[in-house]
Amino acid sequence: MLKIVQGEVYDPINGIDGEKRDICIEGGKIVAEVEGAPTIDASGMVVMPGGVDIHSHIAGSKVNTGRKMRPEDHRGDVVPRTNVTRSGVGYTVPSTFTTGYRYAALGYTTVMEAAVPPLTAKHAHEELNDIPLLDKASFPLMGNNYFVLKYIATGEFQKVKAFVAWLLQATKGYAIKIVNPGGVDTWKWGKNIESLDEKANTFDVTPRQILTTLARVQEDLGLPHPIHVHCNNLGVPGNYETTLKTMEAVEGRRIHITHAQFNSYGGESWARFRSKAPEIATYVNDHPNVTIDVGQVIFGEATTMTADGPWQYRLHQLTGHKWVNSDVEMETGAGIVPYRFSKRNSVNAIQWAIGLELLLLIEDPWRVFLTTDHPNGGPFYFYPQIIKLLMSQDARLEMLESVHKWARTRTSLKELGREYSLYEIAIITRAGTAKALGLKEKGHLGVGADADIAIYPKLDDPEAMFSRPRYVIKGGEVIVEDGKVVKDGLGKTFFVEPAYDEAIEGEIREDFEKYYTVTFENYPVQLEHYLPRHEVIPCG
Amino acid sequence: MEKVTLRLKEPVTVPLEAEVISPDTFQGKTRAEIEGLPVYCGNEEGRLGDFFAVQGAEAREIVLEGDLSRVKQIGAGMTRGRISIYGDAGMHLGATMRGGEIIVHGNASDWAGAEMAGGMIYIQGNAGHGLGGAYRGSARGMNRGLIIVWGDAGNEVGNAMRRGVIVVQGNTGDFTGAFMIAGTIIVLGRLGDRAGAGMKRGTIVAFHRLQLLPTFRYDCTYRPTFLRLLLIGLRARGVDIGDTYLEGHYLRYSGDLTTLGKGEILIWEGA
Repeated sequence: MLKIVQGEVYDPINGIDGEKRDICIEGGKIVAEVEGAPTIDASGMVVMPGGVDIHSHIAGSKVNTGRKMRPEDHRGDVVPRTNVTRSGVGYTVPSTFTTGYRYAALGYTTVMEAAVPPLTAKHAHEELNDIPLLDKASFPLMGNNYFVLKYIATGEFQKVKAFVAWLLQATKGYAIKIVNPGGVDTWKWGKNIESLDEKANTFDVTPRQILTTLARVQEDLGLPHPIHVHCNNLGVPGNYETTLKTMEAVEGRRIHITHAQFNSYGGESWARFRSKAPEIATYVNDHPNVTIDVGQVIFGEATTMTADGPWQYRLHQLTGHKWVNSDVEMETGAGIVPYRFSKRNSVNAIQWAIGLELLLLIEDPWRVFLTTDHPNGGPFYFYPQIIKLLMSQDARLEMLESVHKWARTRTSLKELGREYSLYEIAIITRAGTAKALGLKEKGHLGVGADADIAIYPKLDDPEAMFSRPRYVIKGGEVIVEDGKVVKDGLGKTFFVEPAYDEAIEGEIREDFEKYYTVTFENYPVQLEHYLPRHEVIPCG
Repeated sequence: MEKVTLRLKEPVTVPLEAEVISPDTFQGKTRAEIEGLPVYCGNEEGRLGDFFAVQGAEAREIVLEGDLSRVKQIGAGMTRGRISIYGDAGMHLGATMRGGEIIVHGNASDWAGAEMAGGMIYIQGNAGHGLGGAYRGSARGMNRGLIIVWGDAGNEVGNAMRRGVIVVQGNTGDFTGAFMIAGTIIVLGRLGDRAGAGMKRGTIVAFHRLQLLPTFRYDCTYRPTFLRLLLIGLRARGVDIGDTYLEGHYLRYSGDLTTLGKGEILIWEGA
């Protein structure tokens, strides 16, 4: 039991905007009233639900490969153990323990692992289990899966639907992730796809078909989160047209465009590179079926890691940096390339500005979310820096002066006067993300919600404020005090269990046993072994 | 006081992490404060004074005495001043240093001058592996500065070095100058296998015949003026260079052709 008194509460889902309220906690949940509970005096502080990150890369085969290929990333950021926490290393790809502690120390309590190759889902779940303090979920990759493409090619929608549901259950996944639809499949032949109507190699299906079919599947299965799309042509100058067409392709069905910053580029070449954030923002403003997260760039070190194999190869060619490529059998691919975003680099400066433009130009905070696509745009622990830039035009203009001039001449950032309020910050970092994910017990402080709460000191400098919460409460227990983890513990993993026609298992078994390196029986993630702490989120 | 003297009280069996032994850290500190500086002996934190008898204070020059072969990170990251070591030095000597001078009257272990960005390291005895090299994963090794070793050096001398000069009076191990980006390596003894593997630019100078990789191409035989000047300069710093090397012809091979191929290996052909 716990009672938080005298705090200034920001709980957008329940429409509470900075009112003084008491929050009562019992049994890990928020309740209406508690008797004789110990109190936390939150006067002079801001009380928000625990942060919910909608897109991050924190566990699984590519994250681990990223750790292994970059010893230089960790050397300067060694984290000793304390009486409470375990040791680890940080920087762009932190170790599991450090990932959990650092998220918690920012007031985040729920994080999505946004790209899991189904074949390595077991590995991903093992690592998710090792990330302390956070609740998690994972998005299996489906946009280039052999069976998905095959049943789209034969026009058997019901089989696509059954397969997707089966795959979600087999991988204990949460949402449909699509990365460069068709393109990663084509990469298996050393090529890529450049438009929505080009045919992918294996079954002659187009990205458009993949997107529309999976959007329909998502709707039919009643999954809590829409299709989570990494568009074709990511990172390429002039790709904003592809992004617009991708959003149009789903014909009004729900779609989440992830790290949209990397897909809002104009110009035909790097020399003519410019922002098309206003075009993307206008489309999002006019279409309530679309949500996005930004994938904000942070100047400094990053490790790019995506399932988008052809793009990662291109980045390797552009930068000359070391590169790992992975071909995941019948399902997907992946690549990893270290990267450094530099203020003096013209393109990097524009990329940085585009993320902020999207956040400022999209009017409805419930449909645009703060991410850095960790660790692709930069490490998640820079979120407070971005919050400061959103809340203060002066801070923004000051930073704009310190970067390459193209950020001033080829983007609209310097004209944007909008300043976020604390209420809006609470939406783009917790309430809105929880809502878009369909996590009904996260992201708010109403009765029945999980007692995941972040309490920040109210300071003039938002960066200092959000860098060091006074308290963070997870499941009713104080886990962080003054920005330091004071209690270790383990969170749970969410997944969905959509119903499916079991005939599909017999249907895929033959191809599966012919082509996969694992047997059909060994493929699914066993609940009891891999998800010791879990919760099923209902569909429908 | 002109200098601080640290004498190792008794030999350590477990490595001692002592990056605090640096003129930058000692600056403005009293003897008691220097004794109180934190070091790690294995995984246990201790004080510098537990392991060393300290004399003097506040000096820009540090003198170390004793068998320091298990004392790591001496002078790591230093920017100025001088460290003289009478005895052997442990791993990571002067790693990432940016200025100042380290003189070892004995041997140094692996990673001496790794990723250094300035300053000078003189080693009277032998050096270990990774001399002036890049740590695992890093894109660049030594980037400015001078290292002179009067004895032999191990494998991967100047691995991925970007700038600066490394001189080894004795022999070097395998992969000398592998992945060099630029800079100069001069080996007066013999080089091990695969010298210059993957080098993009830079110069490796050899005075004995060596087995070149097939991805190096013969260009010409000539007398490089720069080399004569460089060798005369090194002589002034106590490197033993015979007159015949100053006057002789050198074979020039360029490579590694698997990469950019703008590196060169110069091999002395005789007077």
